[in-house]
Amino acid sequence: MKWSEAHLSDVLVIGAGLAGERVAIEAASRGHTVTILSLVPPRRSHSTAAQGGMQASLGNVAMGYGDNPDIHFEDTVKGSDWGCDQEVARLFVELAPVAVRQMAQWGVPWSRVVPGKRTLPDGVEVEELPEKAGLIAQRQFGGTAKWRTCFASDGTGHVLQYAMDSVVVKLGITVHDRAEAIALIHDGKECYGAVVLSLRTGELRPYLAKATVIATGGYGRMYGVSTNAVINEGTGMAIALDTGVVPLGNMEAVQFHPTGIVPAGILVTEGCRGDGGYLLDKNLHRFMPDYEPVKKEVASRDVVSRWMVHHMRKGYGVESPYGPHLWLDLRHLGEAHICTNLREVFTICANFLGINCVQELIPVRPTQHYSMGGVRTNIHGEAVGLTRLYAAGEAACWDLHGFNRLGGNSLAETIVAGMVVGEKVAEFVQEAPLTFPFSVVEDHLAAQAARIESLRRRASGSENVYELRKKMEETLLEHVGIFRTGEGLQQAVTTLQELYQRSQDLRLRSSGLGPNPELFSALRLPGMLRLALCIAQGALLRTESRGSHYREDYPKRDDVNWLKRTLATWPPGASMPHIDYEPVKITELPPGDRGYGTMPIK
Amino acid sequence: MAERLLTFSIFRYNPATPEIAPRMQEFQLDETPNMTLFIALNRLREEQDPSLMFDFVCRAAVCGSCGMLINGRPGLACKTLTQDLPDRITLMPLPVFKLVGDLSVDTGVWFRQLNENLEAWIHTDKDFDPKAQEERMDNALAQEIYEAERCIECGSCIAACATANMRADFVGAAGLNRIARFLIDPRDERSPWQVFEVVGTDEGVFGCIGLMACDDICPMEIPLQQQLALVRRKMAWAGLKGK
Repeated sequence: MKWSEAHLSDVLVIGAGLAGERVAIEAASRGHTVTILSLVPPRRSHSTAAQGGMQASLGNVAMGYGDNPDIHFEDTVKGSDWGCDQEVARLFVELAPVAVRQMAQWGVPWSRVVPGKRTLPDGVEVEELPEKAGLIAQRQFGGTAKWRTCFASDGTGHVLQYAMDSVVVKLGITVHDRAEAIALIHDGKECYGAVVLSLRTGELRPYLAKATVIATGGYGRMYGVSTNAVINEGTGMAIALDTGVVPLGNMEAVQFHPTGIVPAGILVTEGCRGDGGYLLDKNLHRFMPDYEPVKKEVASRDVVSRWMVHHMRKGYGVESPYGPHLWLDLRHLGEAHICTNLREVFTICANFLGINCVQELIPVRPTQHYSMGGVRTNIHGEAVGLTRLYAAGEAACWDLHGFNRLGGNSLAETIVAGMVVGEKVAEFVQEAPLTFPFSVVEDHLAAQAARIESLRRRASGSENVYELRKKMEETLLEHVGIFRTGEGLQQAVTTLQELYQRSQDLRLRSSGLGPNPELFSALRLPGMLRLALCIAQGALLRTESRGSHYREDYPKRDDVNWLKRTLATWPPGASMPHIDYEPVKITELPPGDRGYGTMPIK
Repeated sequence: MAERLLTFSIFRYNPATPEIAPRMQEFQLDETPNMTLFIALNRLREEQDPSLMFDFVCRAAVCGSCGMLINGRPGLACKTLTQDLPDRITLMPLPVFKLVGDLSVDTGVWFRQLNENLEAWIHTDKDFDPKAQEERMDNALAQEIYEAERCIECGSCIAACATANMRADFVGAAGLNRIARFLIDPRDERSPWQVFEVVGTDEGVFGCIGLMACDDICPMEIPLQQQLALVRRKMAWAGLKGK
C-alpha cells in the first residue's frame, strides 16, 4: 500500500478508446486536469478495429438526400426494438452531425462525395450531384432508411482514434497505459477513484479524483467466439457491479454480428453488405430475400444473424471442420471497389483465410460482437447508485441502443456521448472539492492487496484460471447466444454459478511476480463470471423476444409486460445478481412495427 | 502438409526477478491448420507456461500490439502463419523499445513521445463552428492522406532501422510517415519551414541512411520509401528557401 504514490487529478477516465478520450478532451479543454488509464496504448484500443463507419444524417449522397435527425431517430428507435431511451436517442441524433464534422476538423480523412453517375450492384442507377462534391461521403448500413454512414476508406475506427488521440497529445493529457482499474474506491454513496494495478510491474496504486469515468468498452471476450479484441473483458462493468450499488442495465442484450469470418471470428464490416455484398448458402443460393424480401442483407443485425442461423439449422450451411457456415460474396463489387473501400476486408481474407475475396467466397457466420448493456447512467452519463461516477460508450447503458444497436451507431455514440458526458463531468468538477475519506481509500487498497497476495502465495486453491474461463466462454456461447430457451438459460445459470464458486479457489501455476499474465487473468475472472451471471439470469427472466434477445419459447415481443429495462446489481457477498426493472422512456415514437424481421421463424 | 512438431525458442526475462538472467527457452507444440503465432503463443501460455509475456489486442493486424522479431525479422505475430515458417521458430522482443518482459515491449510511451516531439496533430487557428457544414475536400486527397494515416505504430520499421538502433532520438520511418501525412493535409496550416524545424535535422529526415528496411518489412505495406522521399524533398526545399 503506497499512499505516497497516490495519483491525484480532477478527472479520472478509465479507458482510452474513443469514448474515454472524447470525455477527457472535453474536460481538459475546459481547464481540468485529467488522467486517462488504459490497458494498452490508446491507439491500440478496440475502437481502432471499427472498419465500417459512423452514422450522422448529413444527407450528402444521392441515396441519403432528405435525411435528417428525425429519420435517424426513427431508425435508431426501431433498431432498438423500442428498448432505447428516446430522450437519449433524440439528443444523439441531433449531435451526431456535429461530432462527425468536428472529427473532420481534427484531421479525419473522411471519404468524400465524387460527382457522377454509377450503377449499384442491384442495378439501381444513382447520380452524385456536382454541388455536393467534396462533402463527407456516406454508405449504406443495415436497418437505416437512408445512406447515412460516414466512413474513411476501410479504416474509420483507426482514423477516428488516431485523430482523437492526437488531440489528447496536443492537450498534454496524462495517459497511464498498461494500467488496470481493479476496484472503484467508494463508500456506497460517492466514488473517489480507483485502485489501479500496473500491468508493467504488478504494483498497486490509488488514483483519486473528483470524478471517475468508466469507458472501458464491452465484454465480448467472455464469449467463446467474438469479434472483440482480447482486451474486451468487461473490466469496467465488473468493477461498477462490484460496488454493490451501481446497476448494470440490459445485460441480456448481446449483439451478434452477421459476418465474423470462420474460424477466427474476425469481423468483416457491415459495409460489405451495405455496399452490395450477398449472403449465399451451400447451394450458392442467395437466401436473405426469401426471408426479408425488402431489406434483404441490410435488415438490422439481429434479424440477419437470426435468419443465418435459422438457415444453417435447416441444413443449408456449408460444412467445415469448425462447424457450418455461410458465404459472403463480394466478387461482383469488383477489384477497384474492394481494394479501396473494403481493403481491410481484402487483407483480412488474405491474412487469416489465405483467400482472395475478389475471386473467392468468404466463409462467415454470426459472431458475438457488441454489448448493448452496461453501467446504467442517466442522460448526462452519471452512473445510477454512486455520485461522482460516470460512464460512456459501450461500457455504459446510456441507453441509446435498447435491445439492438444499428451498425454505425457505435462509433457515433462513443464520440457524441463523450461530448455530452465530458461537458457534465467538467461542470461537476468545476464546483466539487477533491476530498476523500482516508479510511475508505485504505480499506479498498488493502482488500485488493490481500487478493493479490493470496494468489501470489499460492497458499490454497486448486482451480486453473484458463480452464474455468474456457468453460464460461463455452457456456455463454452455447446457451446465451442468438437463440435462447428457458431450459438452456437455466442450465447456463447453474453452470456459471458453479464456475463462480470455483473461481474463489484459483491457484496460480506461475509465481505471479512482475507483469504476470496469469495473475492478471485470475484477478479478472470472478468479475467476468459475475457479469456472465447478470447476462444469463436477465435473459432467463425476460420471457419475450426483443431485438437481439430472442427466446424460442417466447418468440413475440411483449410490450405489456416487458417494455422495461433490466437492472442487475450484485449485493455484497451474494452468489447471484439481484434483478430489478425500470420503465423505458418513450417520448416520441410509441411501440410499433420495425418494418423488417416480422416473418415468423419456423 | 504433414503435421509438424514446432520448436519455439523464445526470449525470456522478467524484470521482477532480475536474479534470473535473460535467456532463450524452448517449447514444443503440434502445428494445427491455419495456426498463427497468436494461436501458438496463447496455447503455450495456457498449456505450458502461464508466465509467458506477450502482447496482442486486436489479433487481426489492425492495432499494432504484437510486433516482435520472428526468426530475426520484425513483423506482426497475429498475422504470421506458422506454415510460412520453418519448424524451428525463434521469437525475440523488438529492439529499440524498452522491454516490459519476455516478448512484450513498451511501444506506447515511445510513440507518445514521438508524437509530442513531432507535434503530430492538426495545427489550425480556425475555431470549430458546430453549425457550419464541413469544409470540402477532394476525395483523391482524402485517400492520399489515408494512405499515410494507415500506420498502426507497431514499431516494426523502428526495430528494423539501422539509425534507430544506433541513436535513440531518431524519429524513424513511422515518424517521417506521420509528418508526410500532415504535410499533405491542407487542414494543417504549418508552413514547410515550421515542419523543417521539427524534422529537418539528423534526428529527423537527414538521419536516414537509406537502407530501406522499413519499406521492406512494413506490415501495413505503407509506401514508406515514397513518404520519406516526399518529406526529404520538401525539407530540402524548405531548407534552401528558409523562412
